[in-house]
Amino acid sequence: MPVSREDVLHVAALARLEVAPEQVESFQRELGAILEHFQKLNELDTSNVEPTSHALALVNVFREDVPQPSLTQEEALANAPQKAFGHFRVPKVID
Amino acid sequence: MSNYRVVIGLEIHLQLATRTKVFCGCSNEFGGEPNTHSCPVCLGMPGVLPVFNRQVLEYALRLARALSSNVSERCRFVRKNYFYPDLPKGYQISQFHECLAYGGAVEIDVAGTTKRIHLDRIQIEEDAGKSLHSEDSHMEDTLVDVNRCGTPLLEIISKPTPGSPDCVYDPSVYLNSPDEAITYWVKLRQLTRYLGISECNMEEGNMRADANISIWDEARGSFGTKTEIKNLNSFKFAHRALTQEIARHIEILSGGGKVKQETMLYDSATDTVAPMRSKEEAHDYRYFPEPDLVPVVITEELLAQVRKNVPELPDERRKRFVSQFGLTRDAADLLSAERALADYFEGVVKSGSEPRTAANWVMGDVLRETNARKVDVSIFPVSPARLAELIALVASGTINQNVAKDVFAVMVDSGKQASQIVEERGLAQISDESALEGVVAEVMGRFPGEVQRFRAGEVKLMGFFVGQVMKATKGRANPALVNDLVRKYLS
Repeated sequence: MPVSREDVLHVAALARLEVAPEQVESFQRELGAILEHFQKLNELDTSNVEPTSHALALVNVFREDVPQPSLTQEEALANAPQKAFGHFRVPKVID
Repeated sequence: MSNYRVVIGLEIHLQLATRTKVFCGCSNEFGGEPNTHSCPVCLGMPGVLPVFNRQVLEYALRLARALSSNVSERCRFVRKNYFYPDLPKGYQISQFHECLAYGGAVEIDVAGTTKRIHLDRIQIEEDAGKSLHSEDSHMEDTLVDVNRCGTPLLEIISKPTPGSPDCVYDPSVYLNSPDEAITYWVKLRQLTRYLGISECNMEEGNMRADANISIWDEARGSFGTKTEIKNLNSFKFAHRALTQEIARHIEILSGGGKVKQETMLYDSATDTVAPMRSKEEAHDYRYFPEPDLVPVVITEELLAQVRKNVPELPDERRKRFVSQFGLTRDAADLLSAERALADYFEGVVKSGSEPRTAANWVMGDVLRETNARKVDVSIFPVSPARLAELIALVASGTINQNVAKDVFAVMVDSGKQASQIVEERGLAQISDESALEGVVAEVMGRFPGEVQRFRAGEVKLMGFFVGQVMKATKGRANPALVNDLVRKYLS
């Protein structure tokens, strides 16, 4: 199953991954091989099989609406590369 | 303008008034110091497990029932993937193919007739955090507060959803103007307040809307290209934004141009709608089933519980106020607008007051006091039973209407009962004929000139004499009896 150059760049952009131009071709090949493998699985007739999204046959797992302690501001921001005024500080998103 | 038929679809995001967030136990309270309502779950740390808040489901089912929406037997969550700094996980937990409920309607009043605006679906999702984009340039970066991350939201989506293949133009079931859109939103707000599932505080962003606008293309029998206005958070601005955007569509189309599919933002400072400028790529959300949350099966037991928690809704209540109590449509409208006020009014009636008298008191003195004091009627110091007692004192002739107004004011300030105030202050109405005869004679004796003029035909002095007698009794005299006695004296 062929994967185009554009496909690779699109998926990379969605995942915010930087792909060097010389890497694109190898990703085309590798992703193509993965999709080919799924093509193989598609040969099976699954028309009578319900799609599975969970391995467990569990439903209705709830919690009660009771507050639990939250992290402190210091704890919440502990791993932030940048912080300011009790906030996470990130590059500007609206231009 | 008449050649262009406008269709508006609203997606309303309603924050639920649960104590905790939808998938973790962090407080759902508004505000707080930045980044103090978070935990590994809502921060999107690796290896954590979200667990669904039962109360969110119960609230969602209340709304589905109130809107006659068909609840799915089984619903599921999905991940909606996109990168934005106020979404630490990199995806929003939402619903897509198997939503909570489908269909249903919101009934709105359009020029005196009822219009049923059809709904596409109701889905459960989580809110994102808040980004602060500083306008002043000393801070180039964006600041993020995650307190709101994971606040439970219901998304209520009205039809049409342009693009779906079965979409036909049916003006009788869609929102066709900014006025209708706002009426719909106001009605939905009233309903959700009745249901007790949201504070619906517009200033705190409890209800925000995205609006789709398109113009029906008669020649092609399909919807024109839609644009979406994001993040409308006030009725006034939403109305302006819709009006502007519709005008823009029509201007493009009438000039032979084509509307470009875009996401727009409304700027209230300049009162204009402009394309959203964002570094975000064209959206490709790559929805897939949320593997960390198991499916939800809606049992009959759960639905039975929900039915018990859905109160009589405003439309039914308004109609009953007219049929059962003989109120006018306007009075019934006002008294049923808010559940707390309707409960208060009915409380007064249940305590024995004649309904129309009770309605006048509640719409007049009670509302004036609660508005002036900015207190909710549910915590108003004069309880329905106490107001009914005051009304009974008037009905029995113990005090007259004017004195009752004064007693009411004292009740509000002191929290005392009407009968106690009447006794302490000696306000009981004087209906003793012989006592009042004496007062009348005394007053007349003070105004011989006026008596003479009256007898000479100046009959309008009658009011003056009655007023003087009322004054002499500090307003306590029975007015009807005073009238009789003055007339008798002068004849």
